[in-house]
Amino acid sequence: MGFFTYAFNWLSSSQQWHGAGGIPARVLQHLGYTGLSLLVAALIAVPLGIVIGHTGRGRFALVSLANIWRAIPTLGLLIMMAVLLGFSALTWLIPLVVLAIPPILVNSCEGVAGVDPDLKDAALGMGMTQWQLLRKVELPLATPLIVLGLRTAAIFVVATATIAAEIALGGLGRYIIDGLAADNYGEVAGGALIVVVLALAVQLFFAGVRRLIVPTGLRSQGKGPR
Amino acid sequence: MVWSWIPQNWTIIWQYTLDNAFLGLVPPLIGLIVAIPLGVASVRWRWTYPPLLSLASAIYALPSLALFVVLIDYTGLGNLTVMIPLALFSLCILLPSVVDGLRGVAEPTRQAATAMGFGDVRRLFEVELPISTPVVVAGLRVAVVSSISLASVGQLIGVSSLGYFFIDGFQRDFPTEVYVALVLVLALALVCDLILVAVGRLLTPWQRDQRGRRPATAWLGGAPWRV
Repeated sequence: MGFFTYAFNWLSSSQQWHGAGGIPARVLQHLGYTGLSLLVAALIAVPLGIVIGHTGRGRFALVSLANIWRAIPTLGLLIMMAVLLGFSALTWLIPLVVLAIPPILVNSCEGVAGVDPDLKDAALGMGMTQWQLLRKVELPLATPLIVLGLRTAAIFVVATATIAAEIALGGLGRYIIDGLAADNYGEVAGGALIVVVLALAVQLFFAGVRRLIVPTGLRSQGKGPR
Repeated sequence: MVWSWIPQNWTIIWQYTLDNAFLGLVPPLIGLIVAIPLGVASVRWRWTYPPLLSLASAIYALPSLALFVVLIDYTGLGNLTVMIPLALFSLCILLPSVVDGLRGVAEPTRQAATAMGFGDVRRLFEVELPISTPVVVAGLRVAVVSSISLASVGQLIGVSSLGYFFIDGFQRDFPTEVYVALVLVLALALVCDLILVAVGRLLTPWQRDQRGRRPATAWLGGAPWRV
């Protein structure tokens, strides 16, 4: 019971809801960091992944890279950037983008590469060019995996942006880090609760995106008997 | 980079590496112990799997730091506070692995075992689980490597791991510590990963001829990707 009592007491105080350090401002900051990093990462990783998946070149290297990625300690990476660069926008943007790229890259690549060869043969046999094959067959079939990659990346970025408060970044992690430093468990609990709600909201957002952009013909897969 | 720092502090470096290894290995094992019966149940009673999977992917989305501080109030500032969330994340990664592994057992194999007089339990332990091993080990590798790197976040609430050197190096503005700890976390993850690969191969001697023929797996991140 303790956690929620602390969290609600802290959240119900009106001073939490105003000003530069208030909850609305912090939520916007957190979403800003997440959105910007994801956007940059997607702009790099989706096209690159599609090219690698379509041509098949560098696929093995990519999967190995992804395995190394999982081992990178996010806290260490953030602190290394802070030590190297001091504090600037790049200090947090570089690590967040670096962490967001591999899931998007690998999924875009595997999504395109995983398209049934028979389908590709059929498309080429119908006279499609390579470009049409990519745009009309491979890309639509790859969307579920690409969206999943974006979601995985978003999960990591939301979590890492929280930890980034340790290197003096704003966002919701501030409440947790400041609360821990000041021994104010109410602030810690309130901050943690908002972060949890935000993380779940981001997941729901991607579930919605998937519903919107995944082609209708793919949607029934996985349901019903196989 | 101050190289002399390494030999001078070898004892604590080793100690924190061991702490980190403990936090990286024990929670995935706990996750595995829970995931196997849960996975068997999800295969046996199909309707339980979709809700369990949604729950797992929701839990997996939660930031580790938030979960750690939620638990502070219940388990204090000890190892458990970090181990419980890591075990939960591992469970979320391993449950789909166990289910996919079990579902991947070919129907003729199952029927052959039944025809040879294997009961449900014996078939599970002697046929289905061994055949699932490669898929489960793949999940376990993901869980162990992520736990090793996530364990350092626990340092923010004072649970010791190699993360100590991140925080300490940052506060003292002493980059050597940060670099050394980064390299050690990566090395620890690599070593544990290789050990798991070896264990996986030892457990599945019948797969040895087929090595290299397995397709590259997509990025699942421990989460479901069905449409």
